[in-house]
Amino acid sequence: MCRILLATVLLMLAVMTNAQEVSREEIRGLDEQIQDVKKDVISLTSELNRLEEKLLFPSNTQVALFVSLPDSAEFSLESVEVKLNNQVVAHHLYTYREIEALQLGGVQRIHTANVQTGTHPLEVTYFGKSKSGKEYRATASYSVEKAVGPKFVEIQIAGNQSAINFKDW
Amino acid sequence: MNSRLARAVAGAALTVLCAAPVQAKTPEDPSALHTDNLRDLFFGEALFNAHQDRYFDAITRLDTELQQFRLLDDPELDPFSMHFGQAEFAVGDLELSYRMHLEAGRAMEQVLQGDVPQPIKNEAAYRLAKIHYHKQQFANALHALELIEGRVPERVRADEQFLRARVYMQLGRFEEAVELLKDLKGEKSLAGFVEYNLGIALLKAGETERGVVELDGLGRKAGRGDAMRALQDKTNLLLGFQLMEAEEYQRARTYFDRVQLSGPFSNQALLGAGWVEANAGRYDRALVPWQLLKQRKSTDAAVQEAMLAVPYAYGKLEVHSTAAVNYGQALDLFGNQVDVLTRSINSIREGKLLEALRRKEASQVKNWVVELRKLPDAPETHYLLDLMASNDYQEFLRNYQDLNDLFERNKDWLQSLDAFDEIIALRRSYYEPILPGLDVQFRQIDARIKMRLEQRQRLAMRIENLLVNRRPELLAKSDETESRLILQQIRDILDYNPSLQSEETEDRIARLEGVLKFRLSREFDDRLTKAYKNLQELDEVIATLQESYQRYVRTRQAATHSYEGYTDQIASLRAGLNRAQERIDQLMSRQGRMLEQLAISELEERRGQLESYQIKARFALADSYDRANELQERRADARKVEEYQRQVEQMKQAAPDSRSEPLPTDNPPELEAPAPKGEGADNE
Repeated sequence: MCRILLATVLLMLAVMTNAQEVSREEIRGLDEQIQDVKKDVISLTSELNRLEEKLLFPSNTQVALFVSLPDSAEFSLESVEVKLNNQVVAHHLYTYREIEALQLGGVQRIHTANVQTGTHPLEVTYFGKSKSGKEYRATASYSVEKAVGPKFVEIQIAGNQSAINFKDW
Repeated sequence: MNSRLARAVAGAALTVLCAAPVQAKTPEDPSALHTDNLRDLFFGEALFNAHQDRYFDAITRLDTELQQFRLLDDPELDPFSMHFGQAEFAVGDLELSYRMHLEAGRAMEQVLQGDVPQPIKNEAAYRLAKIHYHKQQFANALHALELIEGRVPERVRADEQFLRARVYMQLGRFEEAVELLKDLKGEKSLAGFVEYNLGIALLKAGETERGVVELDGLGRKAGRGDAMRALQDKTNLLLGFQLMEAEEYQRARTYFDRVQLSGPFSNQALLGAGWVEANAGRYDRALVPWQLLKQRKSTDAAVQEAMLAVPYAYGKLEVHSTAAVNYGQALDLFGNQVDVLTRSINSIREGKLLEALRRKEASQVKNWVVELRKLPDAPETHYLLDLMASNDYQEFLRNYQDLNDLFERNKDWLQSLDAFDEIIALRRSYYEPILPGLDVQFRQIDARIKMRLEQRQRLAMRIENLLVNRRPELLAKSDETESRLILQQIRDILDYNPSLQSEETEDRIARLEGVLKFRLSREFDDRLTKAYKNLQELDEVIATLQESYQRYVRTRQAATHSYEGYTDQIASLRAGLNRAQERIDQLMSRQGRMLEQLAISELEERRGQLESYQIKARFALADSYDRANELQERRADARKVEEYQRQVEQMKQAAPDSRSEPLPTDNPPELEAPAPKGEGADNE
């Protein structure tokens, strides 16, 4: 009786030990399933993004504003404020990684809005610093001409020249 | 004890140091995630996300753009066409960074099977090999590298060769690795990493001296930056243990001494330096690094070993009481740490580790593993640092955090879908009642526009005809037409009733008709020009009218599209999200259990180690007490003998009495002073 009990306990312990071990196959199987679910969620999210854009920002009223920086480590952007139709629609404070991403050629979509066809005043103000600590600040105005199709405007901030350029896309 | 423990340390350290070839940080591929001439804002937005390691956002953005681009009738007209190829490669790279190796691998396989130029196939083969290497499938990695024909693109040539060498090393083909790595020496982007791997490959290939020379060179170089200094330390540490294994203690000590005292390898170096001296029998010198190490963070394995090594050295120096005191300290520390580990294991079992990992700041704070222990009931993560730094565990952690991120995103999307439903319902309730009335108005306007268009068409035709057939009466004004009709009416009346006719009447009618005809004929050209101008003005009015009409149609369509046709899509997306949530939840549980199990195993192993240290320390403590007591007794005995001899001498000198009984010349054996043991004298 004692032997049977001992054998059972040992067997249970062996099963528990096996259950607690993390095998390479289990890791691979789980990893593959995680990759599959990621793929599915990416596909769902792409569709959801399109749905959101179609529903909330239809092309006939859509205006999107993008911010870009020149590839210069001399200037560090701290904040940008955007006024569309004389109302503040975006105010962004930049993190180190965002500045780095902008300097590496990334473009930030700072605001998406719905506006009627016609002319809309846009005013942009930025604040930044040079490597030596010199402060830069500038404000510039632009007129957004909204037609039937979607409108994209790039706000190019040339920090150490205290200039802002606008580009219609 | 010393040789066993030292060998274990050396063996473990060598295993850790030699287990995997050192991998240089892969330089960023400039072709995939960078552009000097941005032609599409949305590609730029994907880059913005990618450069912040927000891979999910970057992939979905590029995926959306690629899908939309593929649906275009004339894709070459779209500015995205300038980035199309780059975007496809970038998605593969981003998927790789997002730990989607299967998807990235499939993409590369497609490139390899496709009808593309050989240089692109070579690059794809290199990337595929990298994926296999990362997944520790070294044979597959070599197979992928063998698909390369001719030269790989120049910018990845060195990386490809370095990868090939590391694959050879993993497959045990060290001679081939040595040849490749020799060629790579002097490659700036891989500086240090080539030398390290070459040294290891030489050691493994049996060319010990050449390997030592290679590593010695790297260990002497004053590298710049933390990573290079760490590599230098790692090299010196490896050499130290290598030479200690070969029992070349003097040379080994030199390499341990080269390791920085504040670097990540300093604890192991101090421990090794101590063992080198202990192996050479210089226990007093061994105490110097060990005493220094003993003061450091008590959760470190090297420090815990030093807690035993220090009293061991005192014991060897026969300072048993000090050894006993140190064993006592070690026992206290081990006891405390065993309790800490037990609490940590319990806290992980209660789910505190996973709870902490799910917090958003976990991935945002740089040293979040260290910060984690500040949370209430959180496990002691000092013991988990090595585990958490390992590639596998890092991958599990990131996967767990990715899953958590996906779960949160999907939860937000499900809420958004509810909001979308509400927006659609609101739009429907607003537009549906007003659209029928608007449609009636629209139809009236539409009819009017059509009528105007027909009229314009008629006028245009008439003007065209007038250019060929001159008919001035057609350009008569309404009063002139009226006059012409009255004159015609008068003529009809006169024809019907000839009694009313007279010469005078006839003249008058003829004169009036003549005047009318003359005027029309004279003004015909001017009137035709004016009619043409009027027609042009009419065209403008009609264009405005048509624009209004188009605007109305667009607005009408937009109104309808704002709430129609979404029901099925939203239902399908909601179902998809719910299914994904269930799967994510299950996978998170499994991945979480794996993380917990690994952490608990690590902590249990450390606890087991400490418990075995406790046993050793208890025995050693008892032994030290015994030896200290024995020594104390021997000293007490020696003191008694000295005292007795002194008394005898005094008595002899004071009054020598010939009648008294002569004193015995030899001592009884129990009063015999112990023979001095040389260097073992206690100097307390």
